[in-house]
This record gives sequence, structure tokens and C-alpha cells, in this order.
Amino acid sequence: MDAFLNTLGIILYATLLFTPPLLFAAMGSCFSEVSGVVNIGIEGMMTIGAFVGAAMGHFTGSPWLSFLCGGLSGMLFGALHAVASVNLGADQTISGTAINFLAPGVAVMMSKAIFNSSDTVPLSAESKIPLLFANTFNGGGAVQNFLKNVFSTYATTYLVFVVLIFVWFLFYKTRFGLRLRACGEHPATCETLGINVMRMRFTAVCISGFLAGLGGACVTMATTNQFRPISIVGQGFIAIAAVIFGKFRPQGAMIACLLFGMCSGLKVVVGTTNAAISAQLISMIPYVVTVVVLVLFVGKSHVPAANGKPYLKTK
Amino acid sequence: MQTVKKVLGGKFLVTVFSILLSFVVGAVFLAAMGISPTEAYAKLFSSIFGTTKNMAYCVVYGTPLIFTGLAVAFSFRTGVFNIGAEGQFVVGSMAACVVGILVPAPSVVLIPLCLLAAAAAGAVWGLIVAFLKVKWGINEVLSMIMFNWIAYYLSNYIAGLEAIHNEGNAEATKNVQDAARILLPQSMLDALCPAANWGIVLALVATVIIYIIIEKTTLGYELKAVGFNRSAAEYGGINVNRSIYTAMAISGALAGLGGAVQLLGMGARISIFTSQEGFGFQGISAALIGASNPIGVFFAGIFYGALKYGGSKLNLIGAPSEVINIIMGTVVFFIAISHVFKLPTKAKKGGKQ
Repeated sequence: MDAFLNTLGIILYATLLFTPPLLFAAMGSCFSEVSGVVNIGIEGMMTIGAFVGAAMGHFTGSPWLSFLCGGLSGMLFGALHAVASVNLGADQTISGTAINFLAPGVAVMMSKAIFNSSDTVPLSAESKIPLLFANTFNGGGAVQNFLKNVFSTYATTYLVFVVLIFVWFLFYKTRFGLRLRACGEHPATCETLGINVMRMRFTAVCISGFLAGLGGACVTMATTNQFRPISIVGQGFIAIAAVIFGKFRPQGAMIACLLFGMCSGLKVVVGTTNAAISAQLISMIPYVVTVVVLVLFVGKSHVPAANGKPYLKTK
Repeated sequence: MQTVKKVLGGKFLVTVFSILLSFVVGAVFLAAMGISPTEAYAKLFSSIFGTTKNMAYCVVYGTPLIFTGLAVAFSFRTGVFNIGAEGQFVVGSMAACVVGILVPAPSVVLIPLCLLAAAAAGAVWGLIVAFLKVKWGINEVLSMIMFNWIAYYLSNYIAGLEAIHNEGNAEATKNVQDAARILLPQSMLDALCPAANWGIVLALVATVIIYIIIEKTTLGYELKAVGFNRSAAEYGGINVNRSIYTAMAISGALAGLGGAVQLLGMGARISIFTSQEGFGFQGISAALIGASNPIGVFFAGIFYGALKYGGSKLNLIGAPSEVINIIMGTVVFFIAISHVFKLPTKAKKGGKQ
């Protein structure tokens, strides 16, 4: 029983460690996609956020300021994507692909310019995102250890769920959210009702970049303690997949992100305790599970009707 | 020139202009880092054009990108976004590797067998996604992202199997048999570079075949019709589902062949991946730069290959090779917004008529 509780605790710990970056990015993807703009550049926006977060953390020593800067840097590339795909009516996939080359290029180049290496200097414990409840569950014993594993985690893990609730509220309980979703379904109708579609979409893509940047900063400031060129390898694409999986709803994306996070957690646990099963096959599980779950339970995803279509006002 | 213009759909000048502009942007970043752009670009160009060997390497680097570029371009033309070329490339490469190591046969048999295995593996990888889409309506972008990763770990798993694993080197498979390699004759290797191979000829053949399929055949017409407007195509009597299967199979086979060419031409073995190698994603830019036109993609692939090879030499003078990513990203970005610059000419044309 104790062993079981311990294993469960470690799995949950790992789940809560791997989920936040994905969930931040997935919420970012939600904003953009729901407003009708495909944002395949999430991956690049995460990478720049990951670098800026780690670099600022090293120089300022202030984790939250650096975390915010990570988000803002993602927002900058979000704005670039928005200018091209919203204002200039560019093909959204092409523009997003460009971001995926530009942002990581800029990140590693800046790292080489500043740190003389493609890796940033590892953050000290004080410059990292703080651990919450670090000393609350030190009583010993299986239950206390379990609680420590689950609840004594980085503040970003708590933050991401707070942001999630906020985003859900914004999407479904406010006028802004209703308008945002309407822009993704039928922009021309919105325009006749006096909604500035371009401005809504521009805002959404910027927020998208901001959240993706925060997700990237989570990786380098909480999960690990430095930026490396391989810090962000595919998490952005997983986040996009999570959003499609969740039928373009933040709460649905959360389930997908937790699923991915948990499988990453399982990988860590099984990988260390059982050498008989190939680590490579275990690593494959989250992706196979996603496809199976899609086929069995989720099925067709409702894509916002105007998703991917540039909207240009007819003059 | 007229035919060149016609073939590239008038996008040739825009592309050249985008490339020039992106070098300017790259120069700004280099200068901001305190590196002389002229020095860096001089190194870049001498690494590309300096010797026959360099140029041969550029072509070798570009060959797999022509294949993944064609795969993505073909999918674009048929209304699917094949973001899964990465995975199809990986399974193709692995299939060729397994056959190349395990099947004892002379070159005449072995090489076609390797290529066939790779094309089949890539096609199957594409067909699975098409099947999920047709049968259950699963979004293809989502399933392709999943299958990229499944391919990645599958390849790593197979690379670790006893039959093909290299005992001496824990991180890679054995080399494929010499009979499976598609290198040029030794005399030409001496004249060009040690990795010069027949891949570029295969790429040229593939380019021409894909061009003919898209532009000159009923099949191509049907596939394009489905890409333009699925409902209209269906109304016109085209079997849409069959078109999706065909398009994904061809696209996947192309990416798979790219994997085989990279393996049989250059690598000879497959290493255990630590991160995605990006041939598929780079193929997306090759397709975009080539304006999804097979002939354009051929040159875009070589262009990308040249920058990849030239860029890898930048570290020698202390300049970051990442400037290549910035240049590529900027090219793609300018191409994305290029229609903005074209608007006035279009208006003029309308006025004249």
C-alpha cells in the first residue's frame, strides 16, 4: 500500500511537472484558433519565451519578472504573426511556419551572443520559479510523502490552473469571449454588427503568443533550470494537438494536456523501475493513446468555421 | 524566360526578392551580435560555391529536402497540409535501413527493394492518417503530429533491436551493406565529394513525375479539384475519399523516399534520435519557397541544402549557424506577405483590360 501510494505520488508529481508548459501553450493556441487564426508558430513562440525567461532569470534573479518577460517575448512574435496573417491577410500556415524558424533562430543566436554558448547559465534555486508548500508536508510517513509529492510543486503549476479558470470564464461568460468566438465562426457577420474583427483577431494572436511564451518559460524556469536548443522540442505541436483534441475548448485541451503530462510521468516512473520494457515503446504511449482516445471517444473535432481563412474587409 | 515565368507562375521574382531581403535581415542580426556580416556572408558563399566539393555537398544536403518538399507541395496542391512528412521520412529511412542490412542481394535487386520499402512505409504512414480522417473524421494535422512522434520512437526502438543494432556503437544501427549504397562511382566521388550519390537524379525524376501527375493527368486534375473545393468535386462525380487516400499515399511515399535517399546516399546508418531531425519541417519551407510547384521545389530544396551546408561552416569563424534559420524564416515570412506587394500590378492589369 505504501509502495503504491509512493508510486502514485511520483506519477502525479511528474504529471504536474510536465503539464503546465503544455497547458499554457494550449490555452494560447485556443485563443488564436477560436478567433479564426491558425497558429502553428506556437512552437517558436515557446522557444523564445523559454530563452528569455532563463536569460532574464539569470541576470535579474527575479523569477516572476523573468517569467513575465518570457511571455512578452512570445507576444512579440505573436504580434509579428498577427501583422502578417491578420492585417496583411497572409496564409496563416506559411506565416506560422516562418515564426517556427525565426524565433528559435533568434533565441539560440541571442544565447550565443550573450552567454557565448547555445545553453544559458543554469539558474540558481532563488531565480527559479519558487516551490510552494516546500516545508508543509515534512512529517514523514507514506501519506505525508504522498502529499509532499503532489502538492509541493512549482508555483506555475498552481498558476496555470488559475489562468485556465480565468480563460474559461473569459471565453464563455463575457462579451469579449462571445465576440472572439464569433469572429472565428463568421467574421463578416461580426463586422456588420460593429465588431472590429481585425482588432479582435490581432489581440487574440498576441495573447496566444504571450501564453505560449509563458509555457516556454515554464520549461526553462521550473521543469529544468536552463535554456538549451533542445528545451522546446515539439511541445508546441503537442499543445496544438491538445487543442484540436479538446475540440477548441480550453477545458478540453486541459484534459489532453493532463493525459500527455501523465504519460510523460509514467515514462519517468516505468523507465526507472523496469528496464525490461523498452523505454522507446513507453515513450510512444501518449501518442498512441491520443489516437485511440480520439477514435473511441472524441471523434470529429468541430473546427471554428472561419479557421484558417484570412479576413480582409471589403472596401 | 517566358517559359520559366510560366512554369513558376510569376512567383520567381517575388522569391528572389524575398531571398535578397532575408539576407539583409540576417545581416542586421549578425551586426547586432557584433559579427561582420560581410565576413560571415563571404564565409557562407565560399562554403557553398568555393570548390566543386562544396557545391557537391550542397546538392547532397538538398536532395532529401527536395523529396520532403515535394511531399508537402503535393499535399498542399491536393488540399491537405502534410505536416507529417517528418514521420513519413523517418519510417521510410528505417524501412530502407532494415532491408539494406538484412536482405542479402546484389545492388540491382537490393537498391530498388530498399527504395520500394521506404516508399511503401511512407505511404502506409500517410494512409493511416488518411484512414483516420475518412473513417472517423479525425483531424489530420492532429494525427500527423502524433504519428511523427510514433515514428520517432518506433525508429529508436527498431534501431535498438539485436538484428540491426551496431554492437560497437551503442547509439546507432549497423551500416547498410555496400550493395545498398547509391554512391556515384569512385572516380566521381574523388572529383566531387565522398557523399555524392544518385539521389539527386532520383529527385529529378520524382520532380518530373510529380509535375506530370499534377499538371498533365486526370488523376492530378481530380486531386486538385478536391483540394480546391471538396463539395464541388464530389458533386462533379469525383470520389473524394479515394482522392484523399491517393494524395496521402503519394505524399507519404515521397517523404519516405527522401528518408531512403538520405540513408543510402549519405548516412548509411540510423542513429538513435535525441530530437526530431526536421527534414519534414524543412520540407515545408522548401515547398513554400518553391510555391508548391514541383520544379520550384527542386530548386528550393537545393537552395535550402546549400544554406544548411554553408551555414554549418559558419561556426569556423565564430558566427552562429542559426543565422540560417533566421534567413529561412524571413524568406518564408516575406513569401507569406508577398501578395501585398503584388496588389498594385494586379490592379494595373485589371485596368488595362
